[in-house]
Amino acid sequence: MTPDGRTPEVTDVDPESSPELDRPEHSPSDPSPEHGLRRITGAATAAPPASSNANVEAKPGLTVRLEQLRAFYGNAEQVKGVDLEFRANEVTAIIGPSGCGKSTLVRCINRMHEEIPGARAEGRVLLEDLDVYDPSVDVVAVRRAVGMVFQKPNPFPTMSIFDNVAAGPRLSSGRRRDLHAKVEAALRSAGLWDEVAGRLDEPGAGLSGGQQQRLCIARSLAVDPEVILMDEPCSALDPIATLKIEELIDELKQRVTIVIVTHNMQQAARVADRTAFMLSGELVEVGPTEEIFTKPSDSRTEEYVTGKFG
Amino acid sequence: MSAQNASAERLARFAVSPARRRRDRLARGGILAGTALALIPLVLIVYYLLSKGLGAWSPSFFTTDPTGNTFFGTSSIGGIKSAILGTVEIVALASAIAIPLGIGVAIWLVEYGRNSWFARTVRFFVDVLTGVPSIVFGLFVYIVLIVGTGSTYAGYKGSIALSLLMLPVVIRSAEVILMLVPAALRESALALGAPRWRVIFSIVLPTALPGMITGVLLAVARAAGETAPLLFTAAATLKTNFDLGGFMNSLPVQIYKDVTSPTPAVVTRAWGAALTLVAMILLLNLIARLIARRSRLA
Repeated sequence: MTPDGRTPEVTDVDPESSPELDRPEHSPSDPSPEHGLRRITGAATAAPPASSNANVEAKPGLTVRLEQLRAFYGNAEQVKGVDLEFRANEVTAIIGPSGCGKSTLVRCINRMHEEIPGARAEGRVLLEDLDVYDPSVDVVAVRRAVGMVFQKPNPFPTMSIFDNVAAGPRLSSGRRRDLHAKVEAALRSAGLWDEVAGRLDEPGAGLSGGQQQRLCIARSLAVDPEVILMDEPCSALDPIATLKIEELIDELKQRVTIVIVTHNMQQAARVADRTAFMLSGELVEVGPTEEIFTKPSDSRTEEYVTGKFG
Repeated sequence: MSAQNASAERLARFAVSPARRRRDRLARGGILAGTALALIPLVLIVYYLLSKGLGAWSPSFFTTDPTGNTFFGTSSIGGIKSAILGTVEIVALASAIAIPLGIGVAIWLVEYGRNSWFARTVRFFVDVLTGVPSIVFGLFVYIVLIVGTGSTYAGYKGSIALSLLMLPVVIRSAEVILMLVPAALRESALALGAPRWRVIFSIVLPTALPGMITGVLLAVARAAGETAPLLFTAAATLKTNFDLGGFMNSLPVQIYKDVTSPTPAVVTRAWGAALTLVAMILLLNLIARLIARRSRLA
């Protein structure tokens, strides 16, 4: 029970829905991806979600496809024409030495790249069949569909744990109904609920590093994204906290597509279904993780994963 | 024996040399002396204010207007009520103009203008404005609002002069604080699908609030102590006036007029008024800090 009287009991979370949350079942013919896309183009903004309860609104992730993606900082080309597909409900790891353009590449997917002064991107980033760089696309809606977890845990310092998770639904205007249920569901999905349920009003910055990062994951989950981009989410965490995040990634892929940038090749091997290797802004190779690590087709990949350079 | 020698040699290599120790003491002493030197005028000001001003304080000092009669002893010269209220009103209006405007400009500079040529131009002119002597703001308002309109002095015209004076201070201090807000916070809010204006109002401004209060207070304190811009905009009057459209007394102007008086009692009133002004600014500072502390979670 929380100090302000928010109790798990008073929320309208269907008790049966919580277990389902982690392992939602959806048939291959589930039309939900379309629903997500309509949200972005604004064609169906008036239509409410099939279920208002965030907890059961588990929808499959979207496929993300990059076509000849090029990204620049000023005149410097950091990503040099990459074609790459991130399959729905899979975890794709991007590995490569520092400065190879991994982070820049994922930041193009939710159009965060352009927030940096002088930065721009060319080519196409397709969510299913919608180009997020199309002029008619609302960048804010793209970022609601494509969440992001950053390298350093960065909970909002002025906000409580509850407010941090509620920030997404609140800031992205509208969709404020069932806020408490949404926050609880997101915290449960992030595996943090049991640790913070009694102190939702305490500042989020007071949590440990690993908890803060899971809080940030909960925060991004609260807006029901279909894709989550993780930019070295564990590089500031200790091995135990890292393990927890990795377990979490494994659970989350049931309902979102995950792209994870990592410097840690063991981590890529543990969590990723597929792995992409980048070098100097170019994609060298992509394939099933096991294949990349055991029998890569490119010699540069082999040298990198066996530690001969990088 | 030789082993002992070797270890002694090793120790000598890592020992602090006497010369090093001397230089360290010298540097520390120099810095301490500098700090003490800087404190001397501060302490003296507070000492003189208290010793000369406290004597003037009495209940009637705060509750009566100056009478204008300075020839018949302490009891008949009156207090500084109109000056206190005038200062509060004029500065409040000036703050109401300068603070929102200044913070707005700072937000534009940091969040939108960034390094564009227009932003650089704005920054340049704000810097120029910071260096303009306060009397020039008074003259400007005098020429535009008093000579230009063919009208006369008014409290609100003093407020406008003061707000012009405050504006660059507010802009510069708010800009510096806003730039200190980590870019990661903006990014994570934007990545949640928050529109930029919501990121600014819900994330950036609350995070920057405690720091911005300090800068704003600096501007308010500076404005509250200015005489020159008020001399020929709000004028001076004896009576308490709540109408910002009329002549208005203020503490700095009252102090200015009183210290030039040949009557010792009136000069004492100037000290009392000066102490009051300092006390008011201190009080404002404390209140604002309290608010800032309460609003901050982390």
